[in-house]
Amino acid sequence: MISLDNTASVNESLIREAKPASVPRRKLVENDRDFGWITEKVCGIVEGETPTWWWVCFLISGFVSLFTVVGTIYLIAAGVGVWGLSNPVNWGWAIVNFVFWIGIGHAGTLISAILCLLKQNWRTSINRAAEAMTIFAVVCAGIFPLIHVGRVWFAWWLFPIPNANAIWPQFKSPLLWDVFAVSTYGTVSFLFWYVGMIPDLATLRDRAKTKIRQVLYGFFAMGWRGSNRHWSNYEMAYLLLAGLATPLVLSVHTIVSFDFAVSLIPGWHTTIFPPYFVAGAIFSGFGMVLTIMLPLRSIYGLHDLITQYHIDCMCKITLATGSMVGYAYAIEFFIAWYGANDFESFAFINRAFGPYAWAYWIMVTCNVISPQLFWFRKVRENAALVWIVCIFVNIGMWFERFVIVVTSLSRDFLPSSWGYYSPTIVDIMTYVGTFGIFTFLFLLFLRFLPLMAMAEIKAVTPQADPHHNAKGGAH
Amino acid sequence: MSEEKTYGLMASFETPGDVMHAAEKVRDEGFKQWDVITPFPVHGMDQAMGVQRSRVPMFTLIGGAIGFFGGNLMIWFMNAYDYPIIVGGKPMFSPMYAFPVSYELTILLAAFGTIIGMFLLNRLPMHYHPAMKHDAVARASDDGFFIIIESSDPKFEEKTTTAFLKDIGGANVTKLED
Repeated sequence: MISLDNTASVNESLIREAKPASVPRRKLVENDRDFGWITEKVCGIVEGETPTWWWVCFLISGFVSLFTVVGTIYLIAAGVGVWGLSNPVNWGWAIVNFVFWIGIGHAGTLISAILCLLKQNWRTSINRAAEAMTIFAVVCAGIFPLIHVGRVWFAWWLFPIPNANAIWPQFKSPLLWDVFAVSTYGTVSFLFWYVGMIPDLATLRDRAKTKIRQVLYGFFAMGWRGSNRHWSNYEMAYLLLAGLATPLVLSVHTIVSFDFAVSLIPGWHTTIFPPYFVAGAIFSGFGMVLTIMLPLRSIYGLHDLITQYHIDCMCKITLATGSMVGYAYAIEFFIAWYGANDFESFAFINRAFGPYAWAYWIMVTCNVISPQLFWFRKVRENAALVWIVCIFVNIGMWFERFVIVVTSLSRDFLPSSWGYYSPTIVDIMTYVGTFGIFTFLFLLFLRFLPLMAMAEIKAVTPQADPHHNAKGGAH
Repeated sequence: MSEEKTYGLMASFETPGDVMHAAEKVRDEGFKQWDVITPFPVHGMDQAMGVQRSRVPMFTLIGGAIGFFGGNLMIWFMNAYDYPIIVGGKPMFSPMYAFPVSYELTILLAAFGTIIGMFLLNRLPMHYHPAMKHDAVARASDDGFFIIIESSDPKFEEKTTTAFLKDIGGANVTKLED
C-alpha cells in the first residue's frame, strides 16, 4: 500500500510539472485573415461584376442542357425504341447515368454531415459548394429513372396514391424503395443546404445595395439577426441534421444497390453491393468536388480558404475510398470463385475477359490505379495533376456502373438470349446534356448565393476562439 | 406613433473574447431580457449567457416517430388492408420489406421536425426586429459583436444600464427604438 501511495504522489508531482505538448495544427485559413476579409472575399464573388467567363460558360452549358431536353422530348414522342435498349439488356445508359449522378451527390453529404459529426473543421470551406453539387447531381439523377419508366405519363404510379383502378404502389419492390430514398435524399440535402445558408444570406442582405437584392436576400434570410439565443437552437438543429443525413447518405446508395442486389441476375445478386456502392459513391463524389473546386480556387483566388491542407485531405479520402473500391472488385472475384456457382463465376470472367473487357479495364485503370498517385505528396501538391486524376475518377466511376449494369444483363443464364448492347446517339446526347444542366445550375449558384459558409469559416479561425489572445499568449 | 418607445440599449464589442466576458457579467448581474449578437456561433457563449440546452431535439424525435410509425402504417394500409395483392408468395405485410421506406420517412420527417422546431423556437421568420433597425448592427453579420439589454427587463434602468454596459467594456452604447 505504501509503495502504491508513493507512486501516486510521484505521478502527481510529475503531472504538475509536465506541460502537454503543443500539437501543431494546420491552419484552416492561411495568412491570418480576419473576419472582415472572409466576408469581403466570399460576398465579393456574388457582388462583383459578372465575369465574361461566367457568361461564356453559362451560355454553353445552357446550350448543352438542351440536348437532354430535346432527347427527352424525342424519347417521349417516339418511345423507348430510340434508345439502344433491347433484349436482354433492358437497363442501359439511363440506369448507369442515374447511379452515376446519385453517387456524385454523396460526397456533398459526406462533407457536410459525416465530417461535421467527426469534427473535421476543414469541411467548412468546401461544404457549401459540395452540398450545392449534391442537389444539382440529384436533379440530374432524377431525370433518368423518370424517363426510363417508358410511359412517363404513368410515373405518378410511383407515388403513394392509388391509380385509376384504386391499386396502390407495391412496397415489396426495391424500385419503390428507391423512389423514397432518392426523394428523401434530395429533400433533406436541400433543407440542410438552405439552413446552413441562412446566416450567410443575412450577411448578403445586410450588404445589399439594391432594393431587389435587399428584398430577395432578406426574404430568404428569414430575418436572421445573429442572436445567440438563435445560434443555440440553430447549432443544435444543424448537428441533428448532420446526424440525420449521415444514416441517410449511407442508406441511399445502399437502397440504390438493392435495385441490383435484390434481383437474381449473376453479378448483381451479391451482399457486398451496399458497402461497395457507398464507397464508390463517396469516391466519385470527392472526384467531382475536386474537379469543381480546383478551378474555382484559382479563378477566384481562394487559396487562403481552400488551402493545400484541404486538397490533401480530399485527395486522401479519394485514395482511401478508391482503394476500398479496388478491394471490393477483388472480393467480388474471390466470392465468385469461392461460392462455386457456375453462373456467378462466369459472370465475373465475362466481365474481365468478355466482350465488355474494354469497359472493365478502363474502370480498373481509372478507379483503382489512378488514385494510387495520391500516395505521393508531390502529386497532391500539383493542382493540375490532381485535377487530371479526378477526371479519371469521374470517368472510371461512370464505367463501373456501366460494367455492372450491362455485362451482367448481356450474358445471363441462357446463351440463346445473349446479346450485345450499344447506346444510340439519343442515349449519348441525353447524358451529355445533363452535364450542361449540372453546370448551368452550379453557375447560377456561384453567381447568386454564397459559395462558402462564411459564418462557419469564421468560427474555425483562431481569433474566433474566445480564449484567443491577440498578442499570441494563452488566456 | 406618438412617442418612440425604447426597446433597449446596445453596446458593441470587438472580439469574441470581449463579448463573452461581458456576457458573463451581464448574466451575473441578473438580467433576463437580453441578447448577444454575433456573426457566428461563439463557442462557450451559451454557458456565458446561461442559455438552457436547446429544445430542438424534441421536435426531431416527434418528427422521426411520426415518420417511422406512419410509414409502417401507410404500407400496411396500402398493401395489406385496402388493396391486398399477393406478390411472389410473400406475406401481405412484413416489417422487413416495409423497413427501407419507413426508414427513409423517419429521416425525412425528423429533418422537417428539426427545421420546424428551430424556426418555431427562434420565432423565425421575423423580418422586423428593433435590433435590426440600427445601421451599426449590420456589422453583426460581418465582424461585429453586440450585447443588447432590453427595456422590458425588470432590472433595466436607462442610466445605470448605460453605465453598466460601458463598465463591462462595451463601446458605442446606443438606444434602440421599438
